[in-house]
Amino acid sequence: MTSQPRSLFEKVWDAHVVATRPDGQALLAIDRHFLHEGSFHAFGMIDHAGRKVRRPELTFAVADHYVPSHSRSRPIADPEIANMVTMLEANAGRHGLRHFGLHDPAQGIVHVLAPEQGLTLPGLTIVCGDSHTSTHGAFGALAFGIGATEVSHVLATQTLWQRRPRTMRITVDGVLGPHVTAKDLILAVIAAIGADGAAGHVIEYAGSAIRALSMEGRLTVCNMSIEAGARAGMIAPDDTTFSWIEGRHYAPKGALFDRAVEHWRTLPSDDGAVFDREVTLDAADIAPAVTWGTSPETAVPVTAAVPDPGAEADPVRAGQMRKMLDYMGLAPGMALEDVPIDRVFIGSCTNARLEDLRAAAEVLRGRRAVVPGLVVPGSVPVRRQAEAEGLDRVFIDAGLEWGEPGCSMCVGINGDLVPAGERCASTTNRNFPGRQGPNARTHLMSPAMAAAAAATGRLTDVRKLDVRKLGAS
Amino acid sequence: MEPFVTLTAPAVPLDIANIDTDQLLPARFLKKPRSAGYGNFLFHDERKPGFPLDDPAYAGARVLVSDRNFGCGSSREGAVYALVDGGFRCVVAPSFGDIFAANAAKNGLLTITLPEDAVATLRRQLQEAPGASVTVDLPAQTLTGPDGRALTFAIDLFKKECLVEGLDDVALTLRHQDAIDAFDRTDGAARPWVVPGA
Repeated sequence: MTSQPRSLFEKVWDAHVVATRPDGQALLAIDRHFLHEGSFHAFGMIDHAGRKVRRPELTFAVADHYVPSHSRSRPIADPEIANMVTMLEANAGRHGLRHFGLHDPAQGIVHVLAPEQGLTLPGLTIVCGDSHTSTHGAFGALAFGIGATEVSHVLATQTLWQRRPRTMRITVDGVLGPHVTAKDLILAVIAAIGADGAAGHVIEYAGSAIRALSMEGRLTVCNMSIEAGARAGMIAPDDTTFSWIEGRHYAPKGALFDRAVEHWRTLPSDDGAVFDREVTLDAADIAPAVTWGTSPETAVPVTAAVPDPGAEADPVRAGQMRKMLDYMGLAPGMALEDVPIDRVFIGSCTNARLEDLRAAAEVLRGRRAVVPGLVVPGSVPVRRQAEAEGLDRVFIDAGLEWGEPGCSMCVGINGDLVPAGERCASTTNRNFPGRQGPNARTHLMSPAMAAAAAATGRLTDVRKLDVRKLGAS
Repeated sequence: MEPFVTLTAPAVPLDIANIDTDQLLPARFLKKPRSAGYGNFLFHDERKPGFPLDDPAYAGARVLVSDRNFGCGSSREGAVYALVDGGFRCVVAPSFGDIFAANAAKNGLLTITLPEDAVATLRRQLQEAPGASVTVDLPAQTLTGPDGRALTFAIDLFKKECLVEGLDDVALTLRHQDAIDAFDRTDGAARPWVVPGA
């Protein structure tokens, strides 16, 4: 029997279609539903309609967006922020959901916590009312963000109506250079295809440079799929994936794990699978990147200059570039390495895992930061392990603050804000106007690059600093 | 949800690409209940002199005509609440953030995707004749600009049906209850590891 070759996405999609309408909409079964504090609208909707959570055992609530980065021994001072954290706990409690609250030993950013706890597995459909849900595609899951009404729909039915997205394969072959990371790779992808370059598509990342990434790196890549407009990003599961999962708290154990792995090995795209679009990049062409504007698509090598709107033929685009430069306080032609910064932030669902903190600490070891900065680990387990390795001391000795896990200054709703007019070197995912605070200026980059910027007080090519591996003498 | 059939109303042009949902609704307002009046938060931090939404010439606009990748970024449905509570029923752009477009449809906000040059022409016409009206006919899938030209747009049939009829799709889904139950049984046997252990 021969069958049509299928892609990873097609295999996961096909396995979850519960019903199809004549107009092509599919009712998709959902295997994991993650919730954070923003879910209060959705709980309001199901409570108002008198509906219950259909599969509480597949639904997990995580406090991350509003949790404080400092001192968790005292109550949260701002009553509105405190209310967001307690409301999640109350909604989870009333509907019988596992809740990872402020004081839970596994607490963290939902997109860090779920993989860490073995909740994210290959072949699953995963949704969350958060656009960075694309992160979980690193395991070969189909994972995407949804809005409040869709959250209420999943709570009530454990399904979602979806139109089958188109597919795009992005192949990155070759070897990344020294200090060129998964973050630089995904920023290069977004710059190449644009902030809406993958709209309506699910991306599969393939090629030797992707295969060589750790799970942490793969999570960073898939995390920012949404910044290219993609519905989701996926990477085929392999031995790197399986060995990460094995033994984690909620992962299948023993014979069940073996059976799951046997199934997961059938998921990678078949030879001859057809994609609607193909994009290729050469890993050797990717440099440490920074953004100059207010969209992630403005990523360029740190060695570049600020672009000139005068050279842009389209007057509307030129006007948009001028508006971005005005917001960012930059002049055309200026070398990016000459741009001074006011602070750094190392954290977020993009770059707050152990590998990220190690990379930043490697740069900062034995150095002093010349600007203030905040380092926020992605979860309590990441924080503990970082402390066991002495990374916290490296950051504190450099003069940076060492925070408690959460979304923190990436979205700024727990009170961690970049002051108006200040310029922040940030390992986050969005440099939108006002994202880190009203009139805050954000330059996106990797953890090593943010650490280098902290050490020099300006945007810096980390390759030009003398950096030794941790543990080397 | 208020059904959407036809609409004739003033339209406001916004020559900005990549308008993200953080701009539509700054994050600090996300903790507000819907009753707080999300219309007041719409583009809150963009309200500087010269911002088209504050130009009296565009008062009463119910259609927003913008540039590519409108509504990109965060999945916050509050961005749609801000537009709807701010009086908007329709956004026209060359492309939309997928999640924003899905959220819009659930709240009776029509998103119309048209080619980049058609949208640019429409914005220019609205800049030249501030306060001009456009007409949207959803059943016919046409948008008629100030110049009287009718542009045809494509829309997902399911989305169109939900908008025209103002349907709640949980009720629609529950018609498939038997199929969902059957899926759970079959899949539970085939992939028993999906339900977390420990």
